[in-house]
Amino acid sequence: MQDFPLFPEQASTFAGPVDVLYWTLVGLSLIFGGILPFIILYLMVRYHRSQKVDRTNQLHSSLPLELTWTVIPLVLVLTVFFWGAFLYIDMRTPPDDSLEIYVIGKQWMWHVQHPNGKRENNELHIPIGQPVKLIMTSQDVIHSFYIPDFRVKQDVLPGRYTIMWFEATQPGEYHLFCAEYCGTEHSLMVGRVVALRLADYERWLATPGEIILPDGSVGGAVPALVEAIGDPMELAGGQLFASLGCAGCHRSDGLGIGPNLAGLYASEVRLTDGSLVFADENYLRESILNPGAKIAAGYANVMPSYEGQVSEDQMNQLLAYIKSLADANVE
Amino acid sequence: MATTTSTSSSHAHADHGHADHGPELQHHFSTAAQQKEAATLGMWVFLVTEVMLFGGIFMAYAVYRWAFPDIWAEAAYHLNTPLGTINTVVLLVSSLTVALAVSAAEAGKRTRIIQLIVVTMLLGLAFLGLKAYEYSEKFAHCAGYSTPIEWVTNTNQHAVYECLVPGQAFLFPADKTTGASNAPTVAGQPTPYQLFFLLYFIATGLHAVHMLIGLAIMSYLVFITWRGTISSTYFTPVEIGGLYWHLIDIVWVFLFPLFYLVH
Amino acid sequence: MATTALPGRNYLEEDATTIGAWLKAWFLTVDHKRIAILYLLSINFFFLLGGLAASVIRVELITPQGDLLSADLYNRAFTLHGIIMVFFFLIPGIPAVLGNFLVPLMIGARDMAFPRLNLFSWYLYMAGGIFALTAAIFGGVDTGWTFYTPFSSTYANSNVILTITGAFIMGFSSITTGVNFIVTIHTMRAPGMTWFRLPLFIWASYATSLIIVLATPVIGITLLLVAIERLWGVGIFDPALGGDPLLFQHLFWFYSHPAVYIMILPGFGVISELIAAFSRKRIFGYEFIAFSSMAIALLGFLVWGHHMFVSGQSVYAGLVFSFLTMLVAIPSAIKVFNWTATLYKGSISYRTPMLYALGFIGLFVIGGLTGIFLGIVAINIHVTDTYFVVAHFHYVMVGGAIMAYLGGIHYWWPKMTGRMYNEVWGGISALIIFVGFNMTFFPQFIVGYLGMPRRYHVYPQEFQVLHVLSSAGATILAIGFIIPIIYLTISLWKGAIAGDNPWDATGLEWEVSSPPPTHNFTTTPVVTREAYDYPPDAAEVDAANWRPGSPL
Repeated sequence: MQDFPLFPEQASTFAGPVDVLYWTLVGLSLIFGGILPFIILYLMVRYHRSQKVDRTNQLHSSLPLELTWTVIPLVLVLTVFFWGAFLYIDMRTPPDDSLEIYVIGKQWMWHVQHPNGKRENNELHIPIGQPVKLIMTSQDVIHSFYIPDFRVKQDVLPGRYTIMWFEATQPGEYHLFCAEYCGTEHSLMVGRVVALRLADYERWLATPGEIILPDGSVGGAVPALVEAIGDPMELAGGQLFASLGCAGCHRSDGLGIGPNLAGLYASEVRLTDGSLVFADENYLRESILNPGAKIAAGYANVMPSYEGQVSEDQMNQLLAYIKSLADANVE
Repeated sequence: MATTTSTSSSHAHADHGHADHGPELQHHFSTAAQQKEAATLGMWVFLVTEVMLFGGIFMAYAVYRWAFPDIWAEAAYHLNTPLGTINTVVLLVSSLTVALAVSAAEAGKRTRIIQLIVVTMLLGLAFLGLKAYEYSEKFAHCAGYSTPIEWVTNTNQHAVYECLVPGQAFLFPADKTTGASNAPTVAGQPTPYQLFFLLYFIATGLHAVHMLIGLAIMSYLVFITWRGTISSTYFTPVEIGGLYWHLIDIVWVFLFPLFYLVH
Repeated sequence: MATTALPGRNYLEEDATTIGAWLKAWFLTVDHKRIAILYLLSINFFFLLGGLAASVIRVELITPQGDLLSADLYNRAFTLHGIIMVFFFLIPGIPAVLGNFLVPLMIGARDMAFPRLNLFSWYLYMAGGIFALTAAIFGGVDTGWTFYTPFSSTYANSNVILTITGAFIMGFSSITTGVNFIVTIHTMRAPGMTWFRLPLFIWASYATSLIIVLATPVIGITLLLVAIERLWGVGIFDPALGGDPLLFQHLFWFYSHPAVYIMILPGFGVISELIAAFSRKRIFGYEFIAFSSMAIALLGFLVWGHHMFVSGQSVYAGLVFSFLTMLVAIPSAIKVFNWTATLYKGSISYRTPMLYALGFIGLFVIGGLTGIFLGIVAINIHVTDTYFVVAHFHYVMVGGAIMAYLGGIHYWWPKMTGRMYNEVWGGISALIIFVGFNMTFFPQFIVGYLGMPRRYHVYPQEFQVLHVLSSAGATILAIGFIIPIIYLTISLWKGAIAGDNPWDATGLEWEVSSPPPTHNFTTTPVVTREAYDYPPDAAEVDAANWRPGSPL
């Protein structure tokens, strides 16, 4: 018999706190779920009809008792709720200095692209000791990106981005699962996460591996395409920005008919109806595919939709490029 | 309504006499008042389920209207608001006639009940007729005719510039108010415009199905009134049939502004 | 059926002399008791079918490779299991069988308020079942019982529409049953049967019916929208066509979370009856148990988002739903404590229904406590969509609802059939089920926390040991389910005549003969006593009368 674990490895900064909360709950459950059966067993035996015991002065209700077993559990569940809530907020708030990696899910594989353009399928190489933010979307149905040893999971939806972050602590290989049922080969939509020391990760990034196309095939049939495919994402995005004609209106000097995109990402944008919107990945995506939905104040609704003209892969590159404009602006 | 008429099988009455009550009292109720209370409450509870049924559609409507307010406003121009308005009036009048029928039933005036319910049914049929015309107008546009009549007589076929029936051929015209343009801005499947019309067809279609059921109930009421089951002491069927009819009206009162008057 | 030996004239007896008349007397009956029998047979048929699918799944999962079934077949098997068990067994289970039989009897009515609607609901149930079965026979469906879009609406190429139609029709069967219960409980109570004299099973059925009536129409329209999207290819839920896939999840769980309470609340009602009857004393904290049912029904509508913590809903939504989920734990805890307190100073007997009731409490406590784990978002992120969730809801559904169903069937079996079942076999099978159940599902908590996702056909090697353990437990569980079918069936012919009140219990249903006469009560009863009105010395007397050799 091969060895089998009973508890998952702790390989991210979340694993510890989640497990502490988990064991606390297990402890509380043992007090309730463990002691209560013994009380029941005791009563079952003690007051079995064959036992000659005192059965007079039966009680049929008692407000103090009812209040006791209402209030104590209430206090306990609220305590663990707040504990869990703060941890949850932490798990949903990626630090600003996170390394951003783009993930595309599709039936039935994961496609990953690193900022420098390096791609991989059903594998995710990450550095340890560094927050990693995954920007994920799906080409078809709903998937879910799940790394048990990191205690993180996030559904991956078509038509929008979802974000997940973690910081790995231990070098090693970990399971990567699709956790949302997605069709025939759902259980084969698995892979591995390879956590490396930073130096190893950088070496890995710099090593030109096999060229992996976004459709999952390996190797380059079209040399011209392969070249672009391996480009750093910002660069590829910048080329797209030019070739799709975005640069004509979204001029960097601010004189175009569209807003200047420098500094746009992660800022608050005032819309024509006066409301403010936070310019995150989903806002950028919507503004490219359905420009009329939220129009920045001071500009007309003149941008055509790029629905159907940009693949998910190219969208990621465009986002990387627009984000790089934000960084440039800050500096 | 299967809930209110009498069971006349001999076995049902086998073990208790029923000399002390009318034939409409079912064997398992003790008193006529109890039976009436049950029937009325039953209808109200059923109406709650109906509201929840339409509630799902209203929820979808709310989500998408919130997501695409401009598109919603623009799409609403392409519904036939005059016909919708007439239909609203027709239904409101039918609500009145049903209410009058119920009060006639309380007074036990059978002829009056029948007259009023028949008027209600005619109004209901008029509503469905207009609705059918509205639908066929949309389908005629998809076939390249301006009106359903031209479609039937096969005259004046032209190029399709508008097709508001959701599906592969969906085509939303460029001109916001008239639809008379040859240059569609938004054609084909993946547009929120189509969602509007899809919800329109589903909501009004489901409403029309309820209308058909309502008409069936009304004809049944005419039948039992004519047969003499309804009297001033027993008119629960008319009452709860009326409740159902009012529900149909109320649903329409919500549907009409939500779809026709968004802009 | 050998009813000749039974005293009096009862609802099972037949005037019919020809097959045709017999068919008519059963299939066109408006007697709530006969309808309950129709439901009993058909629901158990679906339970066996769902169980068969479960066995196939467990056998496949013995090895990490997919060697018994292809991926497609496996997906169809767990979908079939889910749909049959949820829509055709758990949701109608206790209300349609025990509720139909007992509600009029317990409140002193001659029948349900709408007897023909009651029969109609059974036909709707069967029609829905036939659609679902047809879909299964002609290739099955592979969406999971949750029908998540856009997979179900655009990508799945199996019989989604047929299955959805089945669930849709079955929904209306639920609704008609719910309407009938609400109206019956409101208007058909016997004189003197005030709300606070109602047995707790009635309170639970009432709360269940409220949920059914408010939630089921929403799933109806949602499934209709999925079908329309599939048929016309128009995006309501598919983002590629302009829709929003999360809208589906919101609408779906708006029904399907309350549906969990549709399954478990009637079970609470049954357990309250059993605990009181076999402790021979009034239930502890009657009002608190009654109101906690209503509180669960109400809160149950506000927590659907806890199924969607990782779906991409906002942090705030996650926190609100998590908070409300914590609150649902309280009324459930109140019930458990009150049941336990009822045992104190009772005269407890280990008859089969009581064994099920005690087993229920133990399993439901585990199911409920792991529900708190899942309600806390930080932990939910790790364990949702894993076997942890699978184990949790099986503890609630199988350990809760099915234990209560079996307990109730045994408790009222003498009333329904007039015969006693074999008490020895009853006790043995209750123990087998308890052991088999824990062996099947407890390892799933561990394998779930390890990270094994649900709905996986093949899985990593290191999970195998726990899966083998689980499959072995399932074998025991299956045996435990088959034994009652055998001895209950045999009891119809061989069982001892039960008498009107074999358990010496209170309640109007025990005051009529067993089986009850067609019209339940020859004269309308007038109620002057509280529910569970055991004499103060009932427990003492019972214990004093116990002699070695009396039933345990």
